[in-house]
Amino acid sequence: MQKAENLKEYRGELKEALDNDFLRTTLDNFAVSYRAGRANAFKDIDTKALIGEIASIKDKAAANLDDLYEEFKRNAEAAGVHVHYARDAEDANRIICEIAKATRSRKIVKSKSMTAEETLLNHALEDENLEVVETDLGEWIIQLRHEGPSHMVMPAIHLSRYQVKDLFTDVTGKKQEPDIEKLVKVARRELRQKYIEADMGITGANFAIAETGTIGLVTNEGNARLVSTLPRVHVALMGLDKLLPDMHSALTILKALPRNATGQALTSYVTWITGENECLAASDGKKEIHYVVLDNGRSELARDPLFSQVLRCVRCGACANVCPVYRLVGGHKMGHIYIGAIGLILTYFFHGKDKAKNLVQNCINCEACKDICAGGIDLPGIIKEIHTRIQDEEGHPLPSLLLGKVLKNRKLFHTLLRSAKWAQKPMAGDDGFIRHLPMVFARDHGFKALPTIAEKPFRDKWPDLRPDVANPKLSVALFSGCVQDFVYPEQMEACVKLLEGHDVNMEFPMEQSCCGLPVMMMGEKKAARDVAVQNMRAFQSGAYDYIVTMCASCASHLKHNYLKLVKGNPRLESLAMDFSSRVIDFSSFAHDVLKLDPSEFRVTGTRATYHAPCHLCRGLDVHDAPRELIRTAGLEYRECDEEEVCCGFGGTFSMKFPELSAELLRKKLDNVEATGADVLLTDCPGCVMQLRGGLKARGSSIKVRHVAEAMADNRK
Amino acid sequence: MTTQQSLCQKFMEKAELVAATVAEVADMDAAVDYAVNLCGEKEACQLQVSGCTEPLSDGAEALCDTKQKKVLAAPGLDKVVYDRLAAQCAENGFECIGSGMREYLAGIDIGFTVADHGIAETGTLVLNSSGEELRLATMVSEYHVCVLPKSRIRDTSFEVESLLTEDMKKAPNYTAFITGPSRTADIERVLALGVHGPLQLHILLLED
Ligand code: SF4
Ligand code: SF4
Repeated sequence: MQKAENLKEYRGELKEALDNDFLRTTLDNFAVSYRAGRANAFKDIDTKALIGEIASIKDKAAANLDDLYEEFKRNAEAAGVHVHYARDAEDANRIICEIAKATRSRKIVKSKSMTAEETLLNHALEDENLEVVETDLGEWIIQLRHEGPSHMVMPAIHLSRYQVKDLFTDVTGKKQEPDIEKLVKVARRELRQKYIEADMGITGANFAIAETGTIGLVTNEGNARLVSTLPRVHVALMGLDKLLPDMHSALTILKALPRNATGQALTSYVTWITGENECLAASDGKKEIHYVVLDNGRSELARDPLFSQVLRCVRCGACANVCPVYRLVGGHKMGHIYIGAIGLILTYFFHGKDKAKNLVQNCINCEACKDICAGGIDLPGIIKEIHTRIQDEEGHPLPSLLLGKVLKNRKLFHTLLRSAKWAQKPMAGDDGFIRHLPMVFARDHGFKALPTIAEKPFRDKWPDLRPDVANPKLSVALFSGCVQDFVYPEQMEACVKLLEGHDVNMEFPMEQSCCGLPVMMMGEKKAARDVAVQNMRAFQSGAYDYIVTMCASCASHLKHNYLKLVKGNPRLESLAMDFSSRVIDFSSFAHDVLKLDPSEFRVTGTRATYHAPCHLCRGLDVHDAPRELIRTAGLEYRECDEEEVCCGFGGTFSMKFPELSAELLRKKLDNVEATGADVLLTDCPGCVMQLRGGLKARGSSIKVRHVAEAMADNRK
Repeated sequence: MTTQQSLCQKFMEKAELVAATVAEVADMDAAVDYAVNLCGEKEACQLQVSGCTEPLSDGAEALCDTKQKKVLAAPGLDKVVYDRLAAQCAENGFECIGSGMREYLAGIDIGFTVADHGIAETGTLVLNSSGEELRLATMVSEYHVCVLPKSRIRDTSFEVESLLTEDMKKAPNYTAFITGPSRTADIERVLALGVHGPLQLHILLLED
């Protein structure tokens, strides 16, 4: 749970988490082993198809919530279960407290339920003087420590065996050893007695099956089975989003849930409960069962065309497992109650904008979560959308407003960039880096050197560079993006050089401007839309087969977001569809379309490693092309560890959270240096800026270049 | 290999991957022998690394004192087989019970059950445990020994889907998918077996 009032305080909290060495090491190890475990678990499965199936099952269910609820209730009640609808968290807690009272329950055992965390159920029960004991080992540990979970599946992942040992020593009143096997057995035996004494058991539910009124519970420890068996009363608290039409839907989700959560093909226990089961502790031999179905804004979410996909979440926790920011700061700083990418989102919907306003800014937009989400939710897209909404409600901060305004006016923007060249003069060194940063900047941003604005932007050079092509087979338009235009024009020049001699006619439409991603990242959606329209118009007139861009972030933004930005305007929509379909990243163009051949290049054998920009490998699903191009161009490719993990740039993210950006960069560069390569290649000027600046600050001799530059050098 | 043989093979591999012990038995007599032998070999109420030796709070200690000798529970078993089991237990000085599980919640040594189906893809047992006695036997036992007739093995969970749905329609019903022993990785992500449920799962594939 983060408690920051503003971004500054939040940054302070993040800093604290960054300094927690145990947490950092644990989450690092976890991130690496999770990736391998998940890949192994899905190796014989068509993952994309399965995710698609789940998305469609959940979307249908969300569109039918009312009917499903009625059917579920009818069938569960026919089997002797009491079903309650809870409007919000307070309502749910009140219902459960009343059940406790009516059944004269004093002691309660619980098995893990994120929904109960959402409603803060334990507090409500304790206020009624009821004894509540969590039985999931991790949940029990954090309950004893009076903390919230730091992961949805492994709630106590932030704690060490020593902390657990101390805790258990307190609980048992006997000295315990820091031996995990033993600690687990201590919990087993301490908790066994709690099950026996309990009057009421509370569980969540992973599935609520309408056709039969069945609930399904997915666990590894087996505690949910004891909780639902031993006490005479069973209450299951579940969100409306758990409703499914039938067993088939549940089994389909079950195929992905444990695989995505922990890399297990299946958890140790999956329990299907239907109707008032035998309970030999009850006077009539039957258990009293209550299902409390929580709305808390879910039915409203279901009606929202954009946000309804949030209900596809099956709470596998995977979006935290792959998130580079979670990996640095842990769940207590990456969510309020729900954790990870979905945590940022649910915090807004369930716990309000005050709790969410700092959190939603802490996403670097690397798309790692979107790539693995079991429900195929566009998590980063929704996070941005919420960021925008909060800004619309609370007022936009000045810098983001200004940038939005400036970007909308291309001429003004470019004039400012040109004059920045003069403004930086006193600080610029002659090596392309700014030598002395103004002090305000330097304190947090010293981890990397910043580049200077180029002498002459690409657009000014273009008239002299433009080759004449007699018999063009292809016509392409170049989209430079602002960084390559004004900071690294040499990358564009390399591209031109590589395309020359391949019968490609090239154009550089002068009216093009920034792609608009930076303002979108800052929550300035309107400005992003205006810029998008300008760019599409700039490219409209020419008949281009392809719009080639050397910037992975621009490419992915142009391809995926333009259509979304103009949704609702049919004319612009069709323009966007045509535009986006022609956009291609440099590597794919050079490799798949031009099919560049090794015979065109000298073999230098330069040792080159690679950094895969987030927006290329995940944003555009391009993996092989750049690596093959490196080999084609006569270099020796050396694979780098965690090659597809974010470098920490994330545009404005690195300005807002410099400490996090620096850490991500540090890891990246450690891995790069370990390859022994002479040159580090990548496909995005933003990454180049980050990586080059970082290596420079380290005093490393490794050169950072765009793939195209290295290729152009070796062209015969 | 026949389809059934390859399903058995797959089941075995997958179950062993999740730390279950799998053995083949020719008939129920052999299964009974296996359970009794296992009971004999295992130490009484030894929660492995940490048995009754770990210091507990007074309440939890008291619960442990309720168990005096080795107990084997087999609720819901066919009468002929149960009698045979009971006789062998008597010979070995074990207590054999078919009901009254609530008297033994501190734990029993062995729970002996027969599965309804197996799912090869994940090495999973499907056990209709609507009866509380049977359910408890699979949960509070230190070792769970489960007989799975080979003819009951299916490839994926979808092949038991319609049977499950039928069962659920005849409520009340409580069905469990069991895949390996109880496990946790909640402390430092280190895998530990036997948190709340069995420490070991033995699956006996029965020729039928
Ligand atoms: S896009 Fe990347 S940084 Fe943002 S929540 Fe997803 S994984 Fe985390
Ligand atoms: S959002 Fe997706 S990845 Fe995250 S917990 Fe939900 S289903 Fe899993």
